[in-house]
Amino acid sequence: MARPVPESPEPMKPAAFRYYTPKTLAEAVAVLADVASDDGRILAGGQSLVPIMAFRLAKPTHLVDINGISELARVTVADGKLKIGACVRHAAFYQPVCDGPLGKLLATVVRSIAHHPIRTRGTFCGSVAHADPASEWCALVAMLDGEMVAQSKRGQRVIAAKDYFAGIMTTALDEDELLTEVRLPLLPADARVGFQEFSRRAGDFALGMAVVTYQVVGGKIATARVGIGGAEPSPRRIAEAEAALIGKPPGATAFDAAAVAAAAAIAPLEDFHTSADYRRDLVRAMTRRALDSAAV
Amino acid sequence: MTDKTDIILIINGRAHAISVEPRKTLVDAIRDDCGQTGTHIGCEHGICGTCTIILDGDAVRSCLMFAVQADGRHIRTVEGLADGETLHPLQQAFITHHGLQCGFCTPGFLMLAVNALEHNPNIGDDELLDVLASNLCRCTGYQNIIKAVRAARDEMRGAKAT
Repeated sequence: MARPVPESPEPMKPAAFRYYTPKTLAEAVAVLADVASDDGRILAGGQSLVPIMAFRLAKPTHLVDINGISELARVTVADGKLKIGACVRHAAFYQPVCDGPLGKLLATVVRSIAHHPIRTRGTFCGSVAHADPASEWCALVAMLDGEMVAQSKRGQRVIAAKDYFAGIMTTALDEDELLTEVRLPLLPADARVGFQEFSRRAGDFALGMAVVTYQVVGGKIATARVGIGGAEPSPRRIAEAEAALIGKPPGATAFDAAAVAAAAAIAPLEDFHTSADYRRDLVRAMTRRALDSAAV
Repeated sequence: MTDKTDIILIINGRAHAISVEPRKTLVDAIRDDCGQTGTHIGCEHGICGTCTIILDGDAVRSCLMFAVQADGRHIRTVEGLADGETLHPLQQAFITHHGLQCGFCTPGFLMLAVNALEHNPNIGDDELLDVLASNLCRCTGYQNIIKAVRAARDEMRGAKAT
């Protein structure tokens, strides 16, 4: 039996908004074009936006819910790229979504994103659009030089990672643009991959993370990518760390040199919990461990 | 802006026709509009997991969805676990292994763990820990919750094998 419903006005934490449920991408960008300048926002998984609304740090006037757009819920492989649609949820990556090291890396990284009930709702592209400095997916996108596909009523453009991340929760997306897809290059079969992050409790925002890949040819590292997230306003590749790896045999000497180079290269965020020195040392340790984990 | 939308929430197999503002969270609608108060509200910003429900087969935090997003969808809450007077094996295990003290977090833990066990009846201890780390409990220190879920897993697996 249902209990009687209380008569008193219920608490309502998020501020009021108008709600739209487009069924196609064309419809969504048309609505967004109308409402974006009046603080209209996209609602995908909502696992970051809804808490921000609960605190009334965000009070969007309009919410365009894209969850009903089936064309955005796909993961496809084409032209040597993995294409992740805007409604693909984190949990989709528990099992490798593609053959080879990229699928394995995604399946490793997803285990560090918040908690399981967040992963069933939150989306890959939502995380990339939100651009929290501690986002694991953003670090991965930066490391792999992923591409962001932005659609608006005005047309479509593809934004490279190095041009996309523009600071804490800030991206190159215009207010009327919807991030419809993120494209990641498939990794060659012999690419080694590693990821490590540190947070104070399981599922908390990481204080620093490293995501790496490299190839070994003739006993020496031939290609290398080192991405650092959670330590600076935006995630990025660290050229100094990559240079420390190239041409060296994979192992403690090269990995230490790369880790020290990454720590020296960053301009760490400071906050209540962490000084710049602490974060620098954390990045050194995470880089070293990520390279170690890639070696096995 | 306060226009209400008519929606139907299907909770534990029963349809509830309600009228809500778009800004009303799913957990508020489940409790206040549908009268199903077994699902608790804790932090209301997606940290504590107390409001965990099962939506179309997935564990989700019902404070992080708007009720309008669940229109026509199937929701399972703690009220749907027991079969009449017979408790679900996980509920019984929480009693046997003292997996609760004050009980505030219990509905969320039950739905979280039931969902994990249904998805993977052979879930390993490590993965179980990863799942159970999702929710907060301030009484038990977690050890008895872990014991209870492991015991229910083993019992449910045994029941399936016979």
